[in-house]
Amino acid sequence: MKRNKRRLQEWLISLPTLLWLSLFIVVPTVLVFAIAFRPANPYGGIGAGWTLETIRGLWTHGYLVIAWRTFWISAVTTVLCILLAVPTGYFIARASMKWQNRLLLLVIVPFWTSFLVRVFAWRSLLHPEGLIKQVLEGIGLASPQATLLYHPGAVVLVMVYTFLPFTILPIYAAAEKFDFRLVEAARDLGARPFQAFRKVFLPGIRRGLLTAVLVVFIPALGSYIIPDLVGGPASEMLGNKIAQRVFVDRNLPYAAALSAVLILAVLAPLIAVLVLQRKKGKADIIIGEAP
Amino acid sequence: MKKGRLPLAATLLVLVFFYLPIIILVVNSFNAARFSSSWQGFTLEWYAKLFHSPEIWLSVRNTLVIALGSTAVSLVLGTAAAFALHRYAGSRLQQAHYTLIYTPLVVPEILMGISLLMAFVAAGTGLGLFTIFLAHVTFCVSYVAMVVLARLQDFDFQLIEAAQDLGASWWQSTRKVLLPLLLPGLAAGGLLAFTLSVDDFVITFFVAGPGSTTLPLRIYSMIKYGNPPMINALSTLLLAVTLTAVIASQRLARLKR
Repeated sequence: MKRNKRRLQEWLISLPTLLWLSLFIVVPTVLVFAIAFRPANPYGGIGAGWTLETIRGLWTHGYLVIAWRTFWISAVTTVLCILLAVPTGYFIARASMKWQNRLLLLVIVPFWTSFLVRVFAWRSLLHPEGLIKQVLEGIGLASPQATLLYHPGAVVLVMVYTFLPFTILPIYAAAEKFDFRLVEAARDLGARPFQAFRKVFLPGIRRGLLTAVLVVFIPALGSYIIPDLVGGPASEMLGNKIAQRVFVDRNLPYAAALSAVLILAVLAPLIAVLVLQRKKGKADIIIGEAP
Repeated sequence: MKKGRLPLAATLLVLVFFYLPIIILVVNSFNAARFSSSWQGFTLEWYAKLFHSPEIWLSVRNTLVIALGSTAVSLVLGTAAAFALHRYAGSRLQQAHYTLIYTPLVVPEILMGISLLMAFVAAGTGLGLFTIFLAHVTFCVSYVAMVVLARLQDFDFQLIEAAQDLGASWWQSTRKVLLPLLLPGLAAGGLLAFTLSVDDFVITFFVAGPGSTTLPLRIYSMIKYGNPPMINALSTLLLAVTLTAVIASQRLARLKR
C-alpha cells in the first residue's frame, strides 16, 4: 500500500515535465524525421503523401562540400580550444585558492553578456575599418585589400572565442582534482617536463578533456549565427543551409532532411563516447555541466 | 615543481582575447565617429537615438513579457522536476526523466528551433509571442531543474521529517521549512531562466511570427542592416543589465542558508 502511494506520488510530481518535454522535445524530433519524407507544398507548408526525393536531393556536390566544411570547422575549433584550454586550466588549478576563484570569474564573466553582442563585437573588430585590420596593416602584415571578415578563418576565430570558456571549465575541474605529486614523482624518476606532462598529467585529466571536446564539438556542428554574421557564402555550414531552406525558399521538408542529418551527426560522437566508456566499464560520463 | 612560463602566458593571452572585443565595443559606443575605428570625440548621441526608437521599446516589451511568463512557468515545472529527480533518485522513471531534462542542454539550439517550428506548423499553431513562450519554457525548464537539483542535494530532508514529527502538516512543513531553505536556489534558477530567455536568439528566430520581434531579433536585424554605433550603445546597456543581474544572482547564491 505504502509503496503504491509512493509510486503514485512520484508519477504525479514527474508528470508535468514528462508531458511538457515529450510534447516539445520528443514529438518535434520525431516530426523532423517524418517531415523529411514528405513533399513540400507550394504554400511553404507540408504536402500530402510520402517521397524519397528530398533525401536523394541531399546527395549532391553542394551539400557534401557543406557537410565537410561543417565537420572541419568544428574539428579545428575543438583542437584550438583544447590547445588553449589545457595550459589555462592547468595554470588556474595550480594557483592559490583565492586566485583560482578570481581567475574563474574572469573567464566566465564575458560569457554572461549577450551572444549576439559578442559576435557583433568581433564583426566590428574584423571589419575593414576595424582595429585588427588597422593594426595588421600598420605593421605591414596585411595589405589594404585583404579582408578578414567573410572567411572560414574568421568563423573559426569567433567560434573559439565563444566555446573556449566551456572548454576551460571542465579541464580546470579535472586538473583541480589531479594529484600534482604524480608529476613530481615522474620528474624524480627522470621524466623530462614534457614527458611528465604528456604521460602523467594528460591521462590524469582524461575525463575533463573528453567533456571539453564534447561541449565544443557538438554545439559547433550546429553553428548558425557565427558563420552567418562573420562567415559569408564561402563559410556556410549546415546550420546556414537549414535556415535558408526555412527562411529563403520556405521548403520545410528540405530543412527537415538537413536537420535529420545534423541530429545524426550530433548523436554519433555522443554514442561513440558512451560505447567507449561502457567498454572501459565507466558509464559515469560528465557530458557537460549546467552553467 | 617549476611552474613554467607557458601556462601563465596562455592564461594572459586567453584573458586579453576574452576582454578585448567587449572593451572596444563599450568604448566605441561613446565614439562620435560613425564608421571609423578612430576616436572622434565623446558623445551620447547613440544612446539618445536608441532611447527615441519606438521599435526598440516594442521589442523590449515583447522580450520582457516572454521572459517573465516563461520564467514563472519554467520555475514551477523545473522545481517539481528537480524534486522528483532528487526524492525518487535511481528509479527507472527518474532515469528517463533525467535523460529528457538533460537533452535540451546538449542539443544544438538550431535543432531545437527547427523541430519546434515543424511541430507548430504540423499542429497549425500560428507563430507569435505564444509559440516563443512555449519554446522558451522548454529550454528554461532544464536549467531551472539542474540549478534547483544542485541546491536540493545539500538539503537535509530530516528537517522536514522533524517538522512533521512535531505536528506540522505536509503543507506547513513545505511552506515553513522547505520553501525558505530552497529560496536562494529558486531565485538563482529563476534569474538564470530569465537571462536565458532574454538572450535567446536562435530558437526564437525559428518560432517567431509577425509582430513578435524580441530584443535579440531586433539586434540581429540591426547588425545585418542597421547603424553600428547604435548597436554598440544597445550592447553596452545590455552588458550593464546582465552584469547587474549576474552580480545579484552571485550574491543570492552566496546567501546559501
